[in-house]
Amino acid sequence: MFKKLALASVIALATSSVFAGEPIKIGFVTTLSTGAGVIGQDMRDGAELALDQLDRKMGGSDVTIIYEDDGFKPEIGKQKTDKLVKKDKVDFVSGYIWSHVLMASYKKVVDNDVFLIGSNAGPSTIAGKRCHENFFSTSWQNDQNAMAMGEVLNQRGIKRLYIMAPNYAAGKNMVAGVKRTFKGEVVGQDMTKFPAQLDFSAELAKVRAAKPDALWVFYPGKHGVQFLKQYSQSKLAKDVPLYNIFTIDNLSLPRVGEWAEGSLMTQFWAPNLDTPANKRFVDGFKEKYDRYPSFYAAQSYDSMMLIDSAVRKVDGDISDKDAVRAALTEADFESVRGKINYGNNHFPIQDFYLTKVIKDSDGVYTTEIVNKVLSNHQDPYASKCKI
Amino acid sequence: MNWLLLLEQVLNGFQLGMLLFLLAAGLTLVFGIMDFVNLAHGSLYMMGAFFCATFSEWTNSFLFGALLTIPATFILGVVVEMVALRRLYSRNHLDQVLATFGLILFFNELVRLIWGPVGLDIALPDFLNSSVEIIPGVPYPTYRLAIIVLGLAVALLLYWIISKTRLGMLIRAGASNREMMGALGINVQLLFTLVFGLGATLAGIAGLMAGPILSVEIGMGRSIIILTFVVIVIGGIGSIKGAFIAAILVGIIDTVGRSFLPDILKLMVSSDAASTAAPAISSMLIYFMMALVLAIRPQGLFPPKGVA
Repeated sequence: MFKKLALASVIALATSSVFAGEPIKIGFVTTLSTGAGVIGQDMRDGAELALDQLDRKMGGSDVTIIYEDDGFKPEIGKQKTDKLVKKDKVDFVSGYIWSHVLMASYKKVVDNDVFLIGSNAGPSTIAGKRCHENFFSTSWQNDQNAMAMGEVLNQRGIKRLYIMAPNYAAGKNMVAGVKRTFKGEVVGQDMTKFPAQLDFSAELAKVRAAKPDALWVFYPGKHGVQFLKQYSQSKLAKDVPLYNIFTIDNLSLPRVGEWAEGSLMTQFWAPNLDTPANKRFVDGFKEKYDRYPSFYAAQSYDSMMLIDSAVRKVDGDISDKDAVRAALTEADFESVRGKINYGNNHFPIQDFYLTKVIKDSDGVYTTEIVNKVLSNHQDPYASKCKI
Repeated sequence: MNWLLLLEQVLNGFQLGMLLFLLAAGLTLVFGIMDFVNLAHGSLYMMGAFFCATFSEWTNSFLFGALLTIPATFILGVVVEMVALRRLYSRNHLDQVLATFGLILFFNELVRLIWGPVGLDIALPDFLNSSVEIIPGVPYPTYRLAIIVLGLAVALLLYWIISKTRLGMLIRAGASNREMMGALGINVQLLFTLVFGLGATLAGIAGLMAGPILSVEIGMGRSIIILTFVVIVIGGIGSIKGAFIAAILVGIIDTVGRSFLPDILKLMVSSDAASTAAPAISSMLIYFMMALVLAIRPQGLFPPKGVA
């Protein structure tokens, strides 16, 4: 009897020490080189802030995070993801700015029973028919912001709309999204080559000739800076007001602020969104890095907090994948947008706001919430997902 | 068909063509006269833009910044030629491609170290940051018009140098028959250095002119250098006249194609399919043209004399 008890306690001790000693390994794939490297830097800063606030521990275990640069290329993103899963044997993979990079890397992660926490891209296929139980998003599905913008355009009485977006997975989703809710007529549409095309003179000339009530664009990252510059040089603004999504953000505002002041866009978040977690995030970020965070950083911060919530829920024992998955689905933590409610496809069901570029009291350009456009909005692809 | 729009798109095509011409002129000289493949030509374009951004900030004036950039890129070109490229003339093209590819990586990292990864902006003075109605009812950005005018001026200057000066005579001789020129006692080494410096200056001018429209950033030369190679192949390697005509052709075909192809495709397929397929097809148009030229006239449209 005594022998058995001793044996049992030794085994218990041995196994529990394995859980406490084994660090939680997280891989983070983003773009750290090329012109888009600023976005990756901001995401890394957001994730690092979250880990600092967690004292670099999750559920009592140490956390190791490995950052990888996808070089803005799907094939490199896929290689780096493969390395994280097979060689580094990470427990979670997070990050991914670009839809085409995420789609190339996606199966490498979820099919190997590793959890993928998407921190930005939300392509329709992953929300719909190729959804997977191991994928979770802390951002949005691509169509959603665009759908919110379609509603804004309706409310503002826009009848004739011109659309411009880059020709890749996310661009197509965003255009589909705005068309889904916009009730007026789309008088012209240009899908520009991505990422090669940076000169939009030919398209802007077509916009002028089409005489629309408004121009709607989606140009993320450096393309946004270039587009705004050329739009302002073309003097279109007085006839054709601009409505954008993901084109102006807190990364580009220090450079484009003066051309962008007053610009309207839709977002699930802004630095002034009034939740306790967001205050902690924005204040912490400004203190640590001396600038405003972008939505990219906010989503990356939430990714780390989501992983932490799940690891805490299973007391650091991440070997039981089903338990971790259940804990991730529950998302029992305060996100920067408030509580996250996951739909069946593991994309958040959330509110979307109209936001505007303003100058804050220190004279720094930022975005602020004007009003709520969509409440508890779920993406249109969730019904195609069979989980 | 909207004629005003077509006219405006042709102007846009001219403007792109002028940038391409400035790049292609330098590249075609170096390739044609020195028989040297310089992939790093796009890096010189990038350096021109970064120099201009920095000098404009120092002097607080875009024009002074631009004027300072011209000698700076010339010196940079001469230094690069003397330090690195001189050793590669006798090697085969593959070695040259490898070495100049290394130069691209070197310049990209250099820029990252000096200016950081974010990129810079060049602010335009007010008189350039406006628009003029050269076509009634269609305000056209003054700065883009200035690019066309300046590009034409540089083309005229080059024409004068090449056809009326002794340096130009040597350049033409070099493009036609390098060995004979050396045999006649011309200092080929010095000529090569000058030609490379001239090419670098032209690339720098293209870079400083592109800077205010596009962002000044790492790797900005990469996409345009491919177009530039297309231009010199179409125009005939070593020929400035060929580069000029081919650059304008490529600029106009690219711009007008991009602009009208979606509407033409829409007549045949659904509007969504058309707007997705059009950018892919329109970016292929110039390669179709290159293939056509290579099939019918492999030496290019206007090859230098003696090259057939």
